[in-house]
Order: sequence, then C-alpha cells, then structure tokens
Amino acid sequence: MPAVSTVHPSTSPVSPDDDAREVRPRIAPRPARVRHSTSLWRLRTYLYPYGSRYLVMAVAAIAGVALSMAIPLMTQRVIDGPIARADQRGLLVLGTVAVAIGITEAVVLFLRRWIVALANNGSERLIRTDLYAKLQSLPMSFHGRWQSGQLLSRMMTDLSIIRRFLGFGMLFLVVNIVQIAVVVVLLLNLYWPLGIVVALSIIPVAWLCLVNEKRFTRLSRKIQDEQGDVASAVEEGVHGLRVIKSFGRFAHLYSGFERRTQQLYETSMDRVKLSSRFLTFLEVIPTCTMIIVLGMGAIATARGDLTIGTLVAFITLLLSLIWPVAALGFLLAMTQEAMTAADRLAEILDAESPLVDGTKVLEAPRGHLRFEHVGFRFDDADQNTLTDVNLDIAPGETIALVGGTGAGKTTMTALVSRLVDVTEGRITLDGVDIRELRIRHLRRLVATAFEDPTLFSMSARENLALGRSDASDADIEQAIDIAQAHFVHDLPWGLDTRIGEQGMSLSGGQRQRLALARAVLVNPTVLVLDDTLSALDIHTEALVEEALKRVLADVTGIVVAHRASTVLLADRVAVLSQGTIVAVGTHSELLATSQEYRELMSADFDAEVELEECGSRPHATDGHRSGARPEVDGEQPPDGRAPRHPDRSGDVRAEVAR
Amino acid sequence: MTTTRPERRLSRREARSRTSPAEVDHTVDAWRGVKAEGQDDISDSGSIFLRRRSWSLLRDLVRPYHRTLLVLLVVVVLANAARLAPPTLVQKGIDIGIPALVERDSATPLLVVMGAMIAAVLIQAAGNIYFVRESGRVGQRILLEIRQRLYKHFHVLDVAFHDRYTSGRVVSRMTSDVDAIAEMVQTGFSGLMTAVLTMLGVGVLMLTLDWHLGLVCLTSFPVLMLLVRWFSRQSAITYRSVREASAAVIVQFVESMTGIRAVQAYRREDRNGEIFDDLADRYRDANVKAFRLVAIFMPTVKLVGNITIGLVLLYGGYRVLHGEMTVGVLAAFLLYLRMFFEPMQEISQFYNTFQSATSALEKLSGVLEEQPKVAPPAKPVPLPRARGAVRFEDVHFGYGERPVLPGLELDIPAGQTVALVGTTGAGKTTIAKLMARFYDPGRGRITLDGVDLRDLADDDLRRAVVMVTQENFMFDGTVGDNIRFGRPDATEEEVREAARAVGADTFIDELPQGYDTDVAKRGGRLSAGQRQLVAFARAFLADPAVLILDEATSSLDIPSERLVQQALQTILANRTAVIIAHRLSTVEIADRVLVLEHGQVLEDGSPQQLMAQQGGRYAALHDAWVESLA
Repeated sequence: MPAVSTVHPSTSPVSPDDDAREVRPRIAPRPARVRHSTSLWRLRTYLYPYGSRYLVMAVAAIAGVALSMAIPLMTQRVIDGPIARADQRGLLVLGTVAVAIGITEAVVLFLRRWIVALANNGSERLIRTDLYAKLQSLPMSFHGRWQSGQLLSRMMTDLSIIRRFLGFGMLFLVVNIVQIAVVVVLLLNLYWPLGIVVALSIIPVAWLCLVNEKRFTRLSRKIQDEQGDVASAVEEGVHGLRVIKSFGRFAHLYSGFERRTQQLYETSMDRVKLSSRFLTFLEVIPTCTMIIVLGMGAIATARGDLTIGTLVAFITLLLSLIWPVAALGFLLAMTQEAMTAADRLAEILDAESPLVDGTKVLEAPRGHLRFEHVGFRFDDADQNTLTDVNLDIAPGETIALVGGTGAGKTTMTALVSRLVDVTEGRITLDGVDIRELRIRHLRRLVATAFEDPTLFSMSARENLALGRSDASDADIEQAIDIAQAHFVHDLPWGLDTRIGEQGMSLSGGQRQRLALARAVLVNPTVLVLDDTLSALDIHTEALVEEALKRVLADVTGIVVAHRASTVLLADRVAVLSQGTIVAVGTHSELLATSQEYRELMSADFDAEVELEECGSRPHATDGHRSGARPEVDGEQPPDGRAPRHPDRSGDVRAEVAR
Repeated sequence: MTTTRPERRLSRREARSRTSPAEVDHTVDAWRGVKAEGQDDISDSGSIFLRRRSWSLLRDLVRPYHRTLLVLLVVVVLANAARLAPPTLVQKGIDIGIPALVERDSATPLLVVMGAMIAAVLIQAAGNIYFVRESGRVGQRILLEIRQRLYKHFHVLDVAFHDRYTSGRVVSRMTSDVDAIAEMVQTGFSGLMTAVLTMLGVGVLMLTLDWHLGLVCLTSFPVLMLLVRWFSRQSAITYRSVREASAAVIVQFVESMTGIRAVQAYRREDRNGEIFDDLADRYRDANVKAFRLVAIFMPTVKLVGNITIGLVLLYGGYRVLHGEMTVGVLAAFLLYLRMFFEPMQEISQFYNTFQSATSALEKLSGVLEEQPKVAPPAKPVPLPRARGAVRFEDVHFGYGERPVLPGLELDIPAGQTVALVGTTGAGKTTIAKLMARFYDPGRGRITLDGVDLRDLADDDLRRAVVMVTQENFMFDGTVGDNIRFGRPDATEEEVREAARAVGADTFIDELPQGYDTDVAKRGGRLSAGQRQLVAFARAFLADPAVLILDEATSSLDIPSERLVQQALQTILANRTAVIIAHRLSTVEIADRVLVLEHGQVLEDGSPQQLMAQQGGRYAALHDAWVESLA
C-alpha cells in the first residue's frame, strides 16, 4: 500500500453552498399509514409559501357562490314585492341592490382569479424545480432505468394536473358541495315539495357524471397511449428513414403505422360517442326537472301555495345548480387523476440515491488509482458485470484497457468517477476509498471522455468548458490543439457557434474530438478516455495520439482501446475479459504471452487456423462468448485466480451507455 | 442527444438567446435563416399565399363530407332551436297555464306547454347526440387522413429534404401540429357552432318576446364582442409566450436528462439548476400572465351579464308595472340572459384553438407542397435481374455552394469489390449515397447495367442496390424482425442463415430469448458492434446485386471485424460491392482501391499494385498502418 496523500477532514467543505442550501425536496415526509391520497396530501408543503393567497382564494370562492345565489333571490323579491304591489320606488331600490350585488360578484370573482394565479403557478414552479434538482442528483443507475420521456411526462403533464387541482379542483370540490347543499336547503325552504323533486334529480346527474367521467378518463388515457404509439411509429419511420429507403421497405413500415392510426381513430370515436351521450344527458336532465317543477309549481301557484316570483326564483336557482352538479363528477375524476399524478411525482422525489456523498478532500492529489477486488453488478442483473478486478495504476502512469465487446470496459471507467458505485471491493485514489471523497471533488479530479460524446445545445466554448467554466482562452486553445478540434474555428461563429442543433450537426469524429478537448481542459489528475478515438480517420488519429502522449505524461490515465495505435499511448495494458482482468503487461509482453491479447490486437492473427488447433466450435474468437472458451497458456492473470464469470455481455455496454 | 423531441424545435429561439447571451441575436438569426430554410420562417411572415394554401388543403380534406356537413347543419339548427324553447315555454306556462288553471280550472294549456317542452327535450337530445357523433366522425376521419397523407408524403420526399428538415421537425409536424388541428376538430368546432347559434337564437327570441327589453339586452352585445376581441388578441400573444416558455423548459429538461452522464461527470448540476430555475420562473410568469388575462376577461363578462340582468329587472319591472309586459316574459328574459352569456368563454377559447390550428395547417400544407427532388420515373425501365455494373458518367454533385464531385468518371464492372479511401470530405459517402439514389447528380448520370438510376422504378432499384451505413438503425421488435427487414418474406431458417453468414449468430444465441429477444428502444440493448452485425445480416438477407458498405465495420472490435471480413469474402463473391472504411484491414479484401481527394480519383488499382507504388498515398497509408500493428 503506497503512501497516503494528505486527506482533509470534513470540516472544510469544498463548496460551501452545498451545506447552506435549504432542505430539498420540500415535500412532506411520508407518513406511517399510506393511502391513495397520501402523496397528494404530502404536497401541501408546496402551498405554504403562498398560504395567505390560498386563504383569500377560499374566502372569495365562498363569497362568490353566496353572491351568485343572491341574484335569483333578489329577482324573487322584485317580482313578488314592488311589481306585485306596483311600488315604483321599491322597484328602483331593489333593482339597484341587485345591480350592486351583480357588480360585487364580478369583483370577487376577479379578486379570486387574480390572486390565485401567482400562488398556483408558484407552487407548481416549486415542485418543478425540486424535481429537476432531485433528478440531477440521482445516479446513473436511476437514469438507466427511467426513459427520459417518462420523466418528461411527470415534469410537464403530471405537474399541470396537480396545478389544475390546486387552483381549481381542490377548491371547487368543497365549494360545489357546499353550494349544492345550500341551494337545496333554500329550495326546500321556498317550497318543500318542489325542493324534494330537485334534490332527487341531483342523484342521477351526479351518478351519471361520476360513471361517465371515469369512462371518459379511461378512454382519454387510452387515446394518449395510442397517440404515443403513433408518435413512436412516426419517430421510428423518420429516424430509420435512410434504412427504409435503402431497402425500399416503406410499405412494410406503413402497414404498422396505418394499423396504429386506425386504432387511434376507433378509440377516438368511442370517446366521441360517449361524450355525445354524456353531454346530452347533462343538458336534458335539468330540463326534465324544470318541466316537472313547472307543472307542479303551476298547480301550487294556482292553489296559492306559491307566488309567481317564488316560482321564477325557483327555476332560476334550479338552473344555477346545473353546473355545480355536473362538475361534481368531473371534479371527482380530476381529484383521482391528481392523486395518481402526485403518486408519480412522489415516486421520484422519494427515490433514494444509493450514491452517498463522502466528506473527504484530497489536498494534493497525486493520482494513485487502485482497484481492489472490485466487482459490479447491475440492479436488475443476475450476474456480475465485473468480478474481482485488481489493478494498481501509479501516479502519472497510463493503462490501456483492452477487451472484446461487452467485456466490461465502459463499466470499469464509469466506476472511477462514481457514475456508478462498485458493488464489491473498493477503488482508492491516493489510498482513500473514493466513496469517502466528496463526489464533486472526485469528479473534479477525474475527467472522462465518453465514446458517445454528449454535446449540449450551447456554444462550442461552453461545451468545451463544461467541466471548468473559468478556463481562459489560452487553455481552451491548448485543449483544441491537443484534440485536433481546430474545425471549431471554421464554424460560422467560431467558438461562439451554437452546436448540437439542426444544420450544425457535427460528424461523429468531430464530436469525439470536442469531447476529448473537454476532458483535457479540466486538467484532471486522472484522465479516462473511453474509446474516444474510434470515429477519427487515420490521419487525425495519429495527430491526436501524438498530442495525447504529452498530456498523459503528467496525469494518470485509463485508455479504453480497440486498436494497437491507441494502446501504444499507454505504459501498460490490462486485458479485460468477461468482467475481469486476465492479463497485465506492456504491449509487447502481452503480444508474446497472452493469446487473448493477440486475438484482440493482431490483424494478422488467423482465427480459423487457431480454431482448428483448439478444436473448438466455430467463431470461438468472438470476444464475448461465455463458458467453453479454450484455455491457452499465458492467458492466466498474474495472480492466477481471477475466476471468469460468464456474463450477458451485450447488455452491459448498452446499460452503461444509456 | 440522439433523441430529438418535437418540443425542442419549438423553442430554438428561446434556447438560443438563453445559453449564449454573448451571441448577438440577429447574427444567429441570420445564420439560421440560411441553414433553416423552410416552413417555420416563411410562416412568420404570414402572407396571404399561405392562408390560401392552407384553406385549399382544408377544402380538399373536407370535400368527401360535403353532404354529411349539410345534414349536420340542419340538425344543429333544429337541436338548438329545441334547446332554446324551454324558457319561452316557461313563460307561456306562467302567463297562460297558471291563469287558466286559476280562472277556468283548466289544465289543458299547462299540459300542452309541458308536452311541448318534452317534445323539445327529445328533439334536443336526439339532435345533439347525432350532431356530436357525426361531426366527431368527420373530424376524426379528417385527422386520420391528415396523418396518413403526411406520413406517406414524408417518405416520398428525398433524403436531401430530410437532411435539411431534420427528424425533429418531422416528428413535430406529425405530432404537435396534428394535435393542434385535432383539438380544434374535437372541442372547438361543435362548441363554436352551438355557441354562435345560441347567441343568435337567444338574441332573436328576446327581440320577439319584447323588443324594448330585447334591445336593452342586446346593447350588451357590442361590449361583449369588444371584450372577446381584446381577449383573443391578448391571449394569442400570451399563450404563445406560454408555449415558448414551456418548450424552453422541456428542451433544458430533456437535454440534461439525456446527457445526465456528462452533466454529472463534469459537475454541471449547479449551473444547470440555475438555468432551470430561471426557465421555470419564466414559465411561471408567462402562466401567471395568461391566468390574469382570464382573471380580467371572465369577471368582466360576468359584470356585463349581471348589470344587464339588473337593468332587465329594473326596466322590465317598470314595464310590467305599467302593464306593457307580463311577468312570464320577464322570467323568460332572465332565463335567456343566462344562456346568452354562457357561450362567451367557448367563443373566446375557440379563437385560440383556431389560431394554433391555422398555423399548424400552414406548416402542414407547406410540407405537402414539397415535391421530392429525387422523383420516381414517369416511364420506368424494367430491370428485374440486375447484374450490378455501375457507371458514373461525368457526375457533378455538391451540397449547396460547396462542390463535392466535380465531374466523376467511374466504371465498376459487375461483381467487382471496390474500396474507397480518402480523407474526410473526399466524397466517399457522397458516391455511396448517389449510388443508392439518396440524391440525384447535378449533372451527368449514374447507370446500373446501362440504365440511368433515374429511370428505374423504386422497387427494382432497392432490390438491386442496398446500402449499409454506420447508422445501423434498429426498429422496434425482435432481433429476428430486424434481420428480416432485409426481406420481409424470409423464413425463420433464412434469417438464421443470414445471421450465421455474417457471424452474428454467436451473440444472438447468447441473448435471453435468442432471435426473439426484443431489441428494446432503438436497439439500446445491443452494443454498437452487435447492431452492426445485425445490419450486416439484414443486408445479406436482402441479397442485392450491388452492396454498399459505408463505414459499416467501424464499431466492431477486431475479432468481430475479422469475422465479418471473412464472411464478406464469401458474401461479396458474386456481387458488386463498394466499401468505405477507415481501417485498411477491411480495404485489403477489395479487388480494387480508389484513393479519393476532393471528389477526384487520385489512385486506382488493386491493393497490391497501389502498395507497390512508390510515394503513392495508399502506399504511405499502408505503411503507417503496418507500423501501427507492430
């Protein structure tokens, strides 16, 4: 075990803002008893900052309902009072009062809507930024499981469902029930036999609404899913367009698309039919009630039990009930939706990060990297991707990682910057387990250039300086030099050209060079290059390698390589096979001793001849085959054990790459 | 960043001005103007031409339903008339039914009124159901037609168009634009019809009931129209800013989630967080503005409505007092007024859906107007069995201003394997794409067995010429499905045979369900090398006379590549092949090597001949390669 470099204790945080930050996410803790409504209730904490506004909203809503009921009552007074008694002055007074009530109602409505706008959108914004922060902090293992489309639909669709519920559904669920109750009491008070008729008619309406809303919601979801199917058929068709054209397979693809659009049409028609019936009933039932009320009311009036003014008020009030009752079903469905949406949000906000941040900081990092019995297994896999990997990389040394497709190379590089964590053993940097280091600090020390480089739609300069925003022009120029990325100067606006967008699409090689320059610019202690040169042509590759040699002289390097030319950048080579290191040595040593390495590296190697000698089944040279691989002398790792676990190769790379 | 979401496109301008404040906006726009030729920019100018074009598309779509629409018009007028009847009937009930009951003890007038109401309800119900269902059917049919027509058209358009137009915009045309039209079809249209008919009907009824009071009510109408106009204009602006802000949020979100690995590895979280907070703020502010617009509009409509009710009460009461009007009429007025103000929201909302649907129609009609540059021949020359002799005769080709091939002459006899070597931009891929007729040459011609490619039917051409690129697109489905894509009628055994021939069988056998393994989204389950092997098997199964391999082995590790090379020697034996490769090991299996630079052939000969050429480029490349192997 080499000497440990200075380790700083936790007392001095690297980025002070980390600790000062408020507790996020803001969502209330999960209670012991979980019900369907729990997640939605837990979101209450997002209302607190706007508490007074929500209070005003509630008061204004109740006042508004009260005022809206006052107007028909005033009408009744006018008809039965001044009009019946031919009192012109009374008419003027009461009429003016009615107008005043009308104006007040409008003002209250305005206040409610105006005030709640900010509260509502403010709460939504708080949840949204919390979600984003949470998602950024979750590790690759989480993101590997979740498609970004899924996350997006939570971020936009589910959140807007919640917003609508907070600003509208929640409130009117309560207000409408109160309003219905009050109106029914009023009606019973005006003339109880008719009141009972109205109260009874509410039941079928509310029931119909609830049932139909449920069906409606179900159909709407189905339509959404089918729209998604159509959209993915569209995407597939357009992304695979060149292949489709090249093979002339349009008819083949179109039949699939046609089927999906047809399906969407049929489901949409189902919804149209449902809504044609449903909406009609909503209009018809109140009218039917009105007919009954008119008939009974007329008889009652004739008998003198009811005044004409009361009958008019009665019918007007009855009409004012239509919306609250019809909306009841809709509001209940909305509440259900909001509960589901809240569950989906809580799922993310509650997601636990298995990646626990460390506390230590390396004062003077030297870059001594050690893999000690490292093993790794994906959550959902039943076999290890990496098993008992041991590797000691001295400060300043560069190791080439060589191995067939799916041997675990990319996974191994992802472990170093803790994009994923080892599941067995440990990795140390200058003698400190990297899990004890602050992640931000570790990632400042380790820079990785990925095989599939991610460029963001911002300027070339920002893309380059992603890991070091304070880089000077000279630094950037130097990094561009090393990566042979001079083409950025030829872009329309040079370094300020926004890239990653249509029309400005860069070739695979250009993207790789930018990603390489980005990693170099960080000026890291450990530089990891994951097959970063694969898309470069031979000339450029030679130039880049020349420059990289100088860079790698000073830093610890891990270079994933497929080609001999890249391997030559390294001081030593580690051969990775089926998740473990089977040989370590210099290029020429390994060529002499390891057959596996010869197979991987030498183009002159004649696979078929070798096959016949080994007497194995055909295609035995394929690097990622399990089990029955011929054992050949010199292929054993130095320490002689290294059990080889067969793995389900293909998945691994894809998993890490995702 | 491989996934281009439709939403991303909406907000390019947003995203641009956000992340690079240093950039001067108009310069970027200028750049965009050159690069982003197309519908988006033209539609901004909103010319009459565009409107005419989209209307003619709409007419075209509606044409098959003319008769249905006429019937629907009659039905909706009837249903609405029935809907408007009850309040008048209530009035009759009060004014005639009750006195009759009181004075003559006769229930007949009341019963007649009630019977009329029931009849009205029945007509209303039947008419409404019919109208909503049938207008919905027409709308959905039109949507279906738009989707299918667009999809077909996008696939008719040439590759050059798609290179320029980009997949993101295609997806956005086919999803969000079609959705905008769908929204109008689903909610807007029937809602508007009902709303307009209601307002008209109520207006007329009120005037006939009592024209004095009716006029008082109708004075509110101009005020309402002014309000609607104001609101529609304002909300069009506000909703656009909401959409833009939400698109910006989506772009930032999708980008950081798809690139989360780089975000975390380069500690970009904080800066991203700041940017996102900022965008979320802007989205919130835009929404607040939109909410407040409604907060002004709705209460104002309410205010006008309530004041009108108050006035009706005062003036109507006055008229009743003076015996100029009955109480029943007053009651009917109060009921009608309620109906009169209800559709206001509907009308104002329709304007919004209408606007976004029109702009969507403008874009869609623009796409449908595009004609493929690579057009199918009017009189195709039949070529059922191609031999595979390819000739380039004085072929000129360039992308925009930049010439790539200045007069290429090339003769590839049937059965020959040709490797193209050269630096980036030498024109290798262009040659390949011209052979596959992704583009047509600007001048000169390319022939297959002596027939100009432009004279071949698509089916004949695609059967004869197949190109495999480094793209290796995997379709949703199983590994077997993806191989079968090369020849959909191939048997299971033929699929396996093809996989075996290119050495893909080894890894496929190890997959959980072998050939039936789902490749998952975009082949995410397969590594790049495995995808290439599948693509090879696909091409092998297609069995073309001419096979073009454009960097098709770049992602393979050396053992797999070697296997593919061995397979290639048999695969290519009886067909013409053009190979583009960076690795010389692949080049070596060719019969003939062409060294290209700036679209011109510098060296031409067998690998051995070129290797022996002193000071030759290929010889130099080869030496460097051999050295790298040492």
